[in-house]
Amino acid sequence: MTAAAPIRAKRVLPGFSLSLGTTLLYVALVILIPVVALMLKGAEIGPARFWAIVTAPRTLAALRVTLTAAAVATVFNALYGLLMAWVLTRYDFPGRRILDALMDIPFALPTAVAGLSLTALYSANGWFGGPLAGAGIALVYTLGGVILAMTFTSIPFVVRAIQPVLEDLDPALEQAAMTLGARPFAIFRRVVLPAILPAWLAGSTVAFARSLGEFGAVVFIAGNLPFKTEIAALLAFIRLEEYDYQGAAAIALVLLMFALVLLAVSNLIQFRAARHLEAR
Amino acid sequence: MSIVIEHMTKSFDGTAVLRGIDLTIESGELVALLGPSGSGKTTLLKIIAGLEWPNSGGLAVHGADWLHLAAQDRRIGFVFQHYALFPHMNVRDNIAFGLTVRPRAQRPGKAVIAAKVDQLLEFLQIAHLGERYPAQLSGGQRQRVALGRALAIEPTVLLLDEPFGALDAAVRRDLRAWLREVHDETGSTTIFVTHDQEEAFELADRVVVMGEGRIEQIGNADQIHDHPASPFVARFMGATIELPVTLQAGRAEAQGLDASRLPRRALPDGPATLFLRPADVTPLADPAGRWQVAHRTSNGALLRLDLTDGSGQFGIDLPRRAPEAQGLAPGTRVNLRPEAGTIFPGPRAASAPATAPEFPRKEKSL
Repeated sequence: MTAAAPIRAKRVLPGFSLSLGTTLLYVALVILIPVVALMLKGAEIGPARFWAIVTAPRTLAALRVTLTAAAVATVFNALYGLLMAWVLTRYDFPGRRILDALMDIPFALPTAVAGLSLTALYSANGWFGGPLAGAGIALVYTLGGVILAMTFTSIPFVVRAIQPVLEDLDPALEQAAMTLGARPFAIFRRVVLPAILPAWLAGSTVAFARSLGEFGAVVFIAGNLPFKTEIAALLAFIRLEEYDYQGAAAIALVLLMFALVLLAVSNLIQFRAARHLEAR
Repeated sequence: MSIVIEHMTKSFDGTAVLRGIDLTIESGELVALLGPSGSGKTTLLKIIAGLEWPNSGGLAVHGADWLHLAAQDRRIGFVFQHYALFPHMNVRDNIAFGLTVRPRAQRPGKAVIAAKVDQLLEFLQIAHLGERYPAQLSGGQRQRVALGRALAIEPTVLLLDEPFGALDAAVRRDLRAWLREVHDETGSTTIFVTHDQEEAFELADRVVVMGEGRIEQIGNADQIHDHPASPFVARFMGATIELPVTLQAGRAEAQGLDASRLPRRALPDGPATLFLRPADVTPLADPAGRWQVAHRTSNGALLRLDLTDGSGQFGIDLPRRAPEAQGLAPGTRVNLRPEAGTIFPGPRAASAPATAPEFPRKEKSL
């Protein structure tokens, strides 16, 4: 009468459609809708007005401060984070686990708390600020302070991105390079670095994106002087306080674009770097 | 390049891995380090490579003290168990690595390197794979690339760690014969580590049997098979049956045992242990026999009989069509006539001086 029902592969986990639906709904509500809303808000402004807001001297200055500080912080974190991850995975020393746990503090600490304690430490009468002031270096209320705050909050992104890859790296690869005559630096450059590069780039990109949007930690230490230490996120906030929704949206949109472009570039580099590992 | 290893010891976190190794390997020899896992064979190989360092002892290669030489300066070809090919480099770059990594002053020109790689690819029969990445290769192909990478630096010594461990049986057999050819053509001194006796005996000029961080015996297949130097080697070579016997005038005696086929041994009278391989025993049906057939299984050619005497149980193998195999149904009582075997003096606990008091029983031999 009827043909036998087609054989269907059984899924290991039940409720595929339900779980996928939940995930998509969540992504839409929490991630996509705010982003789209922001873009629509930006589109409402119109190109001419948008351009006027974005190229206003104060906006440009804020963007320049944000980008410069984030770039410096990211370069520092990329190098220092690599070192930290290396130390945490390659050496065994007393207190390694504690150090490992401490790496998460910037994640866990409310950024306002971080900003406050940094300000207290580095102000002219703080523990570090006093000696530094004696040497003619001021961090609080300067670009240096902005960089410091961004560095503090984004370092774990780099460390935690590289760490698992370094841990999984087959020691035989380095040993093979050794037996083939490679010196330590050559082993690092030609064997270890290519293996961790995708993770390193990814971690650094996320750290940069995080620094672009860092608010809580920065506003305490920066002093927020327009044209000097005022960051873009704060300027957007100020515009909002002034009921200038369009101004706020335009600035936020610029930050969003920077972040999206970065993520795209980072993914592209990672994809290119990893393509032969999955090639089949 | 002769390799001389003297009194070498090594321990990891207080656990002795090598307990005094003395070994000399002649130039151009192909030697297998054979032993169960944990016998220290891989550690010994890595010490020769400079990837591990001994606690004490000497390692001299052609008169040069290698314990004062970094791995980079030893010019060894090491083939890792899982090949350790660089995943982000294609086959050509992997093979060329040992040449391109040299300091500029000693580095051959690009054209020279390319020619060398071409020649090796040809020699390894993988000329068509030069542009592939390791992830795109089969196990056997990776093995060839790993060997090519090691050979590219024209090593003084070629070291291989379980070279065929990760391959399936057919590929393994092919590569074995091929490795022998490579060894003969390059004339290098080659040492490889394996836990597979068949592999060791088929491929190597000499086999070094290791157990518990010591060298138990050195020899060729026949010597080790027929005259195991210690209970450890006897067990490792497949003597799974151990019978307590009494030595009397050089002959083993025990109830139900017909030892007439065993040669007399110049050993003192007293308790001893007889080691037998399951295939070296003939059952003799006897209503008053000591053992009873508990199970009988057949694979068509061979019968396996599980025998028990109430206190212990073991299995013996015999051809299914052999006359003495007829009528051995479960329940039948038999005595045993060993056709070949090895006797070590002393009851089970005390053994030849070379082994630890408790025999390790980590790996079953075939």
